[in-house]
Amino acid sequence: MPIDRRQFFSLAALGSLAACSATHAIPGKIVGADHVVGHLVRDGKVPVAGRVEHARVVIVGGGISGLAAARQLERRGVRDFVLLELESEPGGNAVSGRNLVTGYPWGAHYVPIPNAESSEVVELFRELGIIVGQDEAGRPLYREEFLCQDPSERLFIWGAWQEGLLPLTGISMDEQSQIDKFTTHMTRLRNQVGNDGRWIFSLPVDRSSRDPGCLKWDRITMARWMDDHGYTAPPLRWYVNYCCRDDFGASIDRVSAWAGLHYFASRRGEGGNAPRSSVLTWPEGNGWLVHRMLDSVQSRVRSQHAVWSIHEETNEAVVDAYNAESGESVRFRAERVVVAAPRFVARRIVQGLLEEPIPTYGPWMVANLTLSGFPAGRGVSLAWDNVFYESPSLGYVVATHQHLHPYPRETVLTYYRPLDDSDPPKARTEALERSHAQWCSMILADLERVHPEIRSLISRIDVKIWGHGMVVPTPGYLWGGGREKLSGQVGRIQFAHSDMSGLSLFEEAYTRGVLAANRVADELGFS
Amino acid sequence: MTDRSTKLLLLASVFVIATCGLVYELIAGTLASYLLGDSVTQFSLVIGIYLSAMGAGSYLSQFVTRGERRLFVRIQLMIGLLGGWSAGILFSLFPRVGSLQLPLFLLIGIIGVLVGLEIPLLLRILKERLEFKDLVARVFAFDYAGALAASLLFPLLLVPHLGLVRSSLLFGMLNVMVGLATQWILNEGGRAGRGLTVAALLILGSQLIGFVEADHLLRWAEKAAFVDTVIFAKSSRYQRLVITRSGSDLRLHLNGNLQFSSRDEYRYHEALVHPGLARRPYAKHVLVLGGGDGLAVREVLRYPDVESVTLVDLDPEMTRLFSTQPMLTNLNHGSLLDPKVRIENFDAFSWLASNSNRFDFVIADFPDPSSFSIGKLYTTAFYNRLLAALEPGAAIVIQCTSPYVARRSFWCIDETLRACGFITEPYHLYVPSFGEWGFILASLDPLPSRMKLPPNLHYLTDADCRDLFHFPPDMDRVPVEVNRLNNQALVRYFEDEWAHYVH
Repeated sequence: MPIDRRQFFSLAALGSLAACSATHAIPGKIVGADHVVGHLVRDGKVPVAGRVEHARVVIVGGGISGLAAARQLERRGVRDFVLLELESEPGGNAVSGRNLVTGYPWGAHYVPIPNAESSEVVELFRELGIIVGQDEAGRPLYREEFLCQDPSERLFIWGAWQEGLLPLTGISMDEQSQIDKFTTHMTRLRNQVGNDGRWIFSLPVDRSSRDPGCLKWDRITMARWMDDHGYTAPPLRWYVNYCCRDDFGASIDRVSAWAGLHYFASRRGEGGNAPRSSVLTWPEGNGWLVHRMLDSVQSRVRSQHAVWSIHEETNEAVVDAYNAESGESVRFRAERVVVAAPRFVARRIVQGLLEEPIPTYGPWMVANLTLSGFPAGRGVSLAWDNVFYESPSLGYVVATHQHLHPYPRETVLTYYRPLDDSDPPKARTEALERSHAQWCSMILADLERVHPEIRSLISRIDVKIWGHGMVVPTPGYLWGGGREKLSGQVGRIQFAHSDMSGLSLFEEAYTRGVLAANRVADELGFS
Repeated sequence: MTDRSTKLLLLASVFVIATCGLVYELIAGTLASYLLGDSVTQFSLVIGIYLSAMGAGSYLSQFVTRGERRLFVRIQLMIGLLGGWSAGILFSLFPRVGSLQLPLFLLIGIIGVLVGLEIPLLLRILKERLEFKDLVARVFAFDYAGALAASLLFPLLLVPHLGLVRSSLLFGMLNVMVGLATQWILNEGGRAGRGLTVAALLILGSQLIGFVEADHLLRWAEKAAFVDTVIFAKSSRYQRLVITRSGSDLRLHLNGNLQFSSRDEYRYHEALVHPGLARRPYAKHVLVLGGGDGLAVREVLRYPDVESVTLVDLDPEMTRLFSTQPMLTNLNHGSLLDPKVRIENFDAFSWLASNSNRFDFVIADFPDPSSFSIGKLYTTAFYNRLLAALEPGAAIVIQCTSPYVARRSFWCIDETLRACGFITEPYHLYVPSFGEWGFILASLDPLPSRMKLPPNLHYLTDADCRDLFHFPPDMDRVPVEVNRLNNQALVRYFEDEWAHYVH
């Protein structure tokens, strides 16, 4: 990453007290995934279980998979279950916050309108009133307030804001023809089926074609695939790299080409009132979905429960959890367990789990900036997603974008930054050591490039570090055989997490949760 | 100091005093005609009151038997203080008081009395130094010369370059400086003298700050942007409200966009309300969205069968101004104070979300869709929400910008309403201050064609009403997209069309 002069000065200043005094005035804090409790469990420093509870099913993990499993069990009539969540609030990567101005996301903040083959998600969206009907052509009609409002995207490039994220300004004829060729290429792949009659790129990924001619793209990086096809134009490479960092938290040099192409060629969903590539979003991002999914299962959720051991006995499964609130451990005895935790956690707590390939996880930093006004800028007006060309960040989304007030005055910007400039363990350690003031300096150094006046508008910056933000689909992870070895079921224990898909997407997580719950309900004899 | 130079300085002060006195009078007169209209009446009243107060001052001078010098200096300071701040005081009082007349006349009265005291006192101070015939001749010569200077300076230099607030502050400072100079010449020492000097310096300082910061009272940019005189300007939580006056014409601008001209607003508001409401003659409950000026409500209240009017306007500043300012309540006939009217200061979208009442007639009088956030009030999402607030057989009418200038914008709103299941009846008319303007009447069931207009309208007649619905070829329907939250087609049409329109 080249460092420009402004960044150089702010980095240089980081070490000095001057920087602290320049930014320590910004209120806010580092809010956290509770890695303290997590590490306590990891290091086996929890008390032995005293109290014993019984439930037919225990779900471990309250992210999208866990909530999907809970909701599906409820729908199937399995009501005797508990969901154990490590954090104080369920949601996983879709967790959200709220202040006096608006709700805002801490992670996942949108879902593209689903493909027809994502039937579980389509059904959920019908039940939650996101899909409200269908038009004469049979296409779903979406609740208008939930579709991302126009203008949805803009890019800051060469000193001004342009509409859309594909660079339009300062593009040579050759670069433009490469961009056009790439776009056409992706359209072709999107509408292509493999030799087994399935879409070559589908959602969930396991419904994709196993045509070897396509799976081979998983063996190389996206960068290599682009080289092979002559896609060398820097603006196009920047764009594709941006998209990979956005969805997978890693650059085109580290992401599998199959995953990279999947991003561009898997979305075929179209609504009667929503063209293809529309997305659904809410001020609090996917936190809205979390809250709606919680509505029917809230009473069975136990938060601040760190599960530290899961094992099978003759007639039941045993789950040991540490209640961080009360400081005691509880043993749950259940007929079935659904482990909806990330695989690096599952591997540690499920006894006797076969040695599995460990996926790579990318660390992330997400900041929510509360602003007393809206930042100005040359070019098109503020959009939902605002991206800066050649920035180490992914830009920011505007939490109030979906509000309907005609004269909005204050807002919250959610600023995303995958920490992908060094290898994940190193980046993770560095991230956890950085102070709030240091994060503020880093964020401002990036933001002031596009909004020189932004400091005067900021009233607060809260920062969240995602140590294991999301699984990275490195070459070979998806179709190299390793992923299939990730156990879907061990005896009475089911597994459900998007890590098993290799893509950290709502559709993957949700579908895995529903399918795991269905298997549990089938086995327990519920119709 | 020689006696000769003392005399000269005192006579020069007569000149300055005379200039200042007339400047205050001119400022008061101008301000009154800006703020209250009817310049002939305002100027006559101001001149009359001012001159008679001067007479009263001169008369009162006989009761001063000693300490003329000190009193003269004090009066200078008092005139400087009051006169200097007069324009500022009146501008800031205007939006806050029911009637500006009383404070205006009180202020001119006091200044008049004080100015009236000045010349007799000065004559008495100078009487030991000059013969009577010379004294009278010189004092009055300087006095009238000062008046000439003021009458030339005021229209040519002061109003165009400094504006009223700064001009009055400038002359206030001159007044105080004359007071200081006379204090110095007449050698009025001692503690009292020092006290006066300190007071003078304080007044000078405050007025200097006022002079520099006068932009906060009336923004310079606004004076430059509006052709007419800005008589009221205020930033509310949501928008910049500016009222201008030119002769009898009063105009309201929100964020720089003209909302109405008092000269022809009846055309707009009669056309907004009656073509729809006159065909729903038994409408009982009416909802007005936007329109915090109360002018549409005024037209609605012409129907005796209407039992309730709910006005939803975001800006409490706007509805407060139009319920209390006499000049504005005059215009809307006090409609916002009518017991049938309930004012709700909410944004229309969230108000509709929490509303459970049903209405027979709805008027959507929102600003033009010139920004993405206002454009949301013209989307299928908004009209679908509105649908839930309609009684069976209800109708809605929407102000839809100019079908001549923004043809695609106009028909885009029509297309949007039809996409929500409404039957539409677009119409238009000519409003001189706006140009050709359009409205769309929409209902779920066809409206009866029979209409019953209320009496005493200024523009609409039963016969003309039918002509409004005819669109000549240059404004006729064009194929356009439906406006949705996720495409904001309307704002895009609107920006494009108005950007290419040159007046």
